[in-house]
Amino acid sequence: MSSKLAKIEKRTAYLLILPSVLLVFSIILFPIFSNIWISFKNVELKDLRIPEPRAKKLVKSINDNPNQIKVIYKLRNSSLTQEITNVKFKDKYPDDIEPISLNNKCQFKSNLLKCELGNWPKKYRENLEIVFQNINNKEISKKELKSYKPKLSGKSQNILLTYEFTLNNFKKVIKDKAFIDLLSTTFYYTFFGTIGAIVFGILAAQMVNQKFFGRTFMRSVLLFPYVAPVVALAYTWELLLDPTSGTLNNLLINYQIIDGPINLLGQKYVTLNILGFDFKLRLALTTVIIFEIWRYFPLAFLFILARLQAVPKELYEAADVDGANPIQKFLNITLPQILAVISILFMIRFIWNFNKFEDIFLLTGGASGTRTLPINVYQQGFSIGDIGMGSAVSIVIVVFLLIFMFIYFKLLGKRADEN
Amino acid sequence: MKIKNIFTYCFISSLFLFSLICIWKILVTLQGIELTNFNFNKLFIFGIILCAINLLIGKKLNLNIKIILLALLFSIFDYFISKNLPIWYSFGIFLISLFFFNNIKDYDKNFLSKNHSSQKLFFNFLTLFGITLFSFVILFPFYMMLVTSFKTQALLLLNPLDFSINFAQGLPELFKSYFIVFKDYNFGRYMLTSTIVSLGTVIITLIFAIPAAYAVARLNFFGKNFLSTSILIIYLFPAIVLVIPLYTIFSQLGLRNSIEGLLIVYTATTLPVAIYMLQGYFKSIPKELEEAGIIDGQNWLGIIFKIILPLSLPAISSVALYVFMIAWNEFLFSLMFLDRPNTFTLSRAIQFLNVGAETPRQYLMAGSVVVTLPILIIFVYFEKYLVSGLTAGSVKG
Repeated sequence: MSSKLAKIEKRTAYLLILPSVLLVFSIILFPIFSNIWISFKNVELKDLRIPEPRAKKLVKSINDNPNQIKVIYKLRNSSLTQEITNVKFKDKYPDDIEPISLNNKCQFKSNLLKCELGNWPKKYRENLEIVFQNINNKEISKKELKSYKPKLSGKSQNILLTYEFTLNNFKKVIKDKAFIDLLSTTFYYTFFGTIGAIVFGILAAQMVNQKFFGRTFMRSVLLFPYVAPVVALAYTWELLLDPTSGTLNNLLINYQIIDGPINLLGQKYVTLNILGFDFKLRLALTTVIIFEIWRYFPLAFLFILARLQAVPKELYEAADVDGANPIQKFLNITLPQILAVISILFMIRFIWNFNKFEDIFLLTGGASGTRTLPINVYQQGFSIGDIGMGSAVSIVIVVFLLIFMFIYFKLLGKRADEN
Repeated sequence: MKIKNIFTYCFISSLFLFSLICIWKILVTLQGIELTNFNFNKLFIFGIILCAINLLIGKKLNLNIKIILLALLFSIFDYFISKNLPIWYSFGIFLISLFFFNNIKDYDKNFLSKNHSSQKLFFNFLTLFGITLFSFVILFPFYMMLVTSFKTQALLLLNPLDFSINFAQGLPELFKSYFIVFKDYNFGRYMLTSTIVSLGTVIITLIFAIPAAYAVARLNFFGKNFLSTSILIIYLFPAIVLVIPLYTIFSQLGLRNSIEGLLIVYTATTLPVAIYMLQGYFKSIPKELEEAGIIDGQNWLGIIFKIILPLSLPAISSVALYVFMIAWNEFLFSLMFLDRPNTFTLSRAIQFLNVGAETPRQYLMAGSVVVTLPILIIFVYFEKYLVSGLTAGSVKG
């Protein structure tokens, strides 16, 4: 009895999870694996269009003879890169109409025009002209003729499904001189973006954890940058930072803090003189990182605040009795309590910043030294149009991601053991 | 009373007062009023003097009278060093200094001679600093977004710092950008598409996720542990590694430029987190309730519909709001999949506006307000639910 119940339970469970598993498999897991497949192929954006035989039907009347009519089929291969083999053509005609003459490719039988058009090379074009007459000498209606649409079929190779593979994409990715630069930009962006978000998150959480007027309102406001759509925020920042008409530059010039406008999003380097040493700061990248921190510190704030509110009040009271000062309290009570959260937060944010695409894309489009790996995927795949290369870069991202995930889950496991 | 403490107190509080005044001055400048100097030296030194006076008076005077006096003194001083400014500017200065002196009114000699008082002071001010600075830095771009949408390109070119809103021109003229964005740029249609896509994603995700989450939370089956860990792993894969294969597959299937295609992708990408959040909540529902249901002769469906769902409405609302937010804000897939303006979502439409021919910035900002406002209203209104959704789902971002 119980084993029967268990069987029913199992069956129900599979039934309940099946739709989700199928959907996630086809839209997330399958693409990740097909990335590997595509990355070993030489595919370009223009190859994605499936080669199709197409025909446009034109109907023309013949001078003063309403009983005859000329039909022109403009035939073409839709693909610019691939051949279509064994093209077949079919079109229907109304009763009483017959062709006057036909070439040997075509046949006319029981109102059906059928043609074997053979193989079409890429970009192929041909006009097929046939004159028809009405056998009962009646007028032919053009409209009726036009209402039938020709049907074509042909065989073509889908370039994605062939078994031709190449290592060229990966060779190009790794041999590219900019690859090291790409990696270092990505890590620079990821690391400082993550650290910054966490530092500001701690500050904000520490602040909101105290009692003051309008505290709940403040908590909502702090989350605004995270919940608002990135498109709106990025364009607002772009307008704020614009060198000629942007508010920030105009304000700074107005208060005579700077002499001329600074192109914060368009300038790759700026030389800073600190204590007599010249520092080269990557300006556009720094600006993008600041945007990133501005947008994502709310998340760190939320996590840390939740943890802070769970710290027992007795700890602070005991510290007060011992005469500890605020810095000691922060270093010896607060920090150890939130350290675990911070380490997890760091890993999660690191993984996500590593893959961040929208923010940089909308702010700079990857120009002025802000090209990271995800931006490169887009540029290779869609700006240059080399789908294979884009996939190869995606694979590089996935490899890094797997390494980070391994560390992250190790960390989670360690935490679970401690508890 | 230590000299060090007095010094820190005066210095920090004057600095705080000055930074408040700075923010006010920036906002005033953006109203098109000519103001080219913060008067740092004079205001800072005068601030220090006033703080010292505050300390000297201590509690000898009625506190309310004390703060009003000090604030008046400060605003009159500011009025004389910065000339030709409207009266509302000075009134603002007065209110700010009132707020400031209200905050420091309790400090006197006794407080400063206590243990750690300088550090405590420092932290108190850090909190105040933090609150003002954080709210300014966060709200400023939103503020600029809003006021820019009420200006015209010509006026902005004339004086790029004048963001004052002219209410005298009448409402139709004031909201002109919004009318144009909806009429000429078809934003009504995009808004409808965005709403359909977001609501559709929420509904389909819940239909898929609730049964799956229930199975993971309650039923025993082979591969359950594997499934619940893989949910998290799958969730960590970003959209950017899916985009090329999905683009190629969707191109060949003809699913690009269709709302259906977008719905499928959004649902699949939000499903793992929805299942993850829901199963956590389902586990917290006492099993006895379901057993009672079984005794009453309910089948699994009946249990889910009659017992689990009504009990987990808060969690379901969290998931729904979170998924809605993700779908509404999503950009990458809508950029990749939609080329034709008749299928655009709001995010894609705004990007199209920006990339396309020189769109006047007030239209761009009006569009941004249109896409931002609904989500902010929803957030403020349902904050409790959304915050718990954000915390649970914040592995993604």
